[in-house]
Amino acid sequence: MAQLDDRPFPPGRYPLVVLGSGPGALQLSHSLSRLGVEHAVLSEDERSGGMFRRFPFFQRLISWSKPFAVVKRGTRWYERFDWNSLVSDDPNLQALVPGFMDGTSYFPSRAEMQRGLEAFAERGHIRVRYRCRWESTRREDDGTFTVHTGDGDYRCSTLVVAVGMTEPWKPPDIEGMADTPHYVETEAPETYADRRVFVIGKRNSGFEIADGLLPWARQIVLASPRPARLSILVRSVAAARARYLQPYEDHVLGGGTFVLDAAIERVERLGEGYRVHATGTTVPGSMVLDVDRVIAATGFGTPLRDLPDLGVQTFFQGRLPSQTPFWESPGAPGIFFAGSITQGSIGLKKYGRPSGSAAVHGFRYNARTLAGHLARTRFGIERPEHYLEPDQVVDFLCQEMARGPELWHQQAYLARVVSFAPDRGIVDDGILPLQHFVDEGGQDAVAATVETGEHGEIRPAVYVRQGGRVTERLLDGDPMHDFATAEHRKQLSAALEPFL
Amino acid sequence: MAGDVVDLLAGMALFADLQRPQLESVAHTFDEEMFSEGQRIIRQGFQGSNFYVILEGEAAVRVDGSELATLGRGDFFGEVSVLLGEPPTADIVALRSMRCLVLAGGDVAEFLVSQPRVMLRMLQAEARRLRATIEWRS
Repeated sequence: MAQLDDRPFPPGRYPLVVLGSGPGALQLSHSLSRLGVEHAVLSEDERSGGMFRRFPFFQRLISWSKPFAVVKRGTRWYERFDWNSLVSDDPNLQALVPGFMDGTSYFPSRAEMQRGLEAFAERGHIRVRYRCRWESTRREDDGTFTVHTGDGDYRCSTLVVAVGMTEPWKPPDIEGMADTPHYVETEAPETYADRRVFVIGKRNSGFEIADGLLPWARQIVLASPRPARLSILVRSVAAARARYLQPYEDHVLGGGTFVLDAAIERVERLGEGYRVHATGTTVPGSMVLDVDRVIAATGFGTPLRDLPDLGVQTFFQGRLPSQTPFWESPGAPGIFFAGSITQGSIGLKKYGRPSGSAAVHGFRYNARTLAGHLARTRFGIERPEHYLEPDQVVDFLCQEMARGPELWHQQAYLARVVSFAPDRGIVDDGILPLQHFVDEGGQDAVAATVETGEHGEIRPAVYVRQGGRVTERLLDGDPMHDFATAEHRKQLSAALEPFL
Repeated sequence: MAGDVVDLLAGMALFADLQRPQLESVAHTFDEEMFSEGQRIIRQGFQGSNFYVILEGEAAVRVDGSELATLGRGDFFGEVSVLLGEPPTADIVALRSMRCLVLAGGDVAEFLVSQPRVMLRMLQAEARRLRATIEWRS
């Protein structure tokens, strides 16, 4: 007897289709629903959680959630200290991940993170059609998209791809890489007992593997052409995080682990093991290493399927789609991105620091901002306007710069925007991409954000747009990051003098 | 990084003196970024800008909206403000889809010191730009 399919969203026509069920897709779906945007969510997975259903391999995250912070858990200000929970204005959905943490670490375990995401989906009544595989995509003559899946065809005018950077990627120009296991193929730690292990890559996944194998491997060598970039030195979350730095300390103290700057030329099988041929970069010279195991911790790409055929341009060796400040493909209008893929929208990248869009703490705000943008521009749903009195503006912006989680997690990338239009009054325009604000022009307004300067100083910054011209005003920092002092109010008042 | 970037670098005057392992190191030291037509890459008057090498595409140099020059494949920009520690005096705007390598402004000095042949090539390019400016003004 045929079973009834009780999954939501049968094939058909929907205003908007979201592909994926990881944290980016969940955040976007929730934010769209709060705005009243009808949409379908499709995922080939069995349940929500995306990559967190399996990784990190050693089962603990690199971003923290502080169960106790200087502000009350569950408030918007608390989000600054909880890097892992999805965000909502519904109190029942706020700060869920810390509620599952057992107190042994302020880094949630993978399982705790997964439980937090599943609870968000369940309590938030986020509906997903699971076990529905996206197979191909077509643009119709009327500009809509047809998403072909294993369950049938979905037609939509707006498509949001939130499938994550989930495709294991290995450098195609290194001979022998096809037979070299990727990070995702790492085996149980005990299988590396008393083995020489060569790890290709010195980013977080490479250091994670090395850190996890320290108690097991006889010797560990990490290698890649570029010297390791450490987050505590370059002051960026895009570098190797402190949690995984034990192998580096082992290296610098001569403990037997090696962290090499070398271009890998060839990996060949040698009996049961491997022979790795490399050439030093910072210290020239050839090297040949015989090892028992090799792991390519060389990162991931985005499974874009046939989207490049529709005009989606890629970069970073085809691993990321190029995007506008509102995460839309410039070459394929109507196709947007959410989740970790949004790191392809670079932003201003001041002082060379990337956005936080590669991780939940950053892209959760991209998704919410995108939801507002889609609601407004593609479905005509305007959010209620929030007016400010002239004497409220300085205090409002100082509080945002001192505490606003969007500005702290997406520094110099997202900004709180307040506009000054004679016919509308003073309006809080919400959180918007800073790049959009400074490059697209518009009415007189100010964008407030937080930035980390060249020497690591964290400070507030405002961008004042007057008569179509945008000027940058960097405010002073503060040892305790209090950006709402009398001096900050004075500096901000001076910057806003033309409007107030 | 993909071999195509290394091959592109090998064909550029700025990196012409480097052997392949050094080119690979350069390719990994820089990040790769895409810019669509009309997008600003460097913003006049904004601090914290970076150093760029054009892999593909074209860009305009604009001061207060007036176009002064066009840059193409193999050209680089952003080094003046980075080395002087001052905000850029021009906008750099993509004239069509562009693919660039980018190095954080704060990393440029260390990179040049570590690659003196690249520094010499850059100095020669700056000398040519200075000569062209002097010839234009005289």
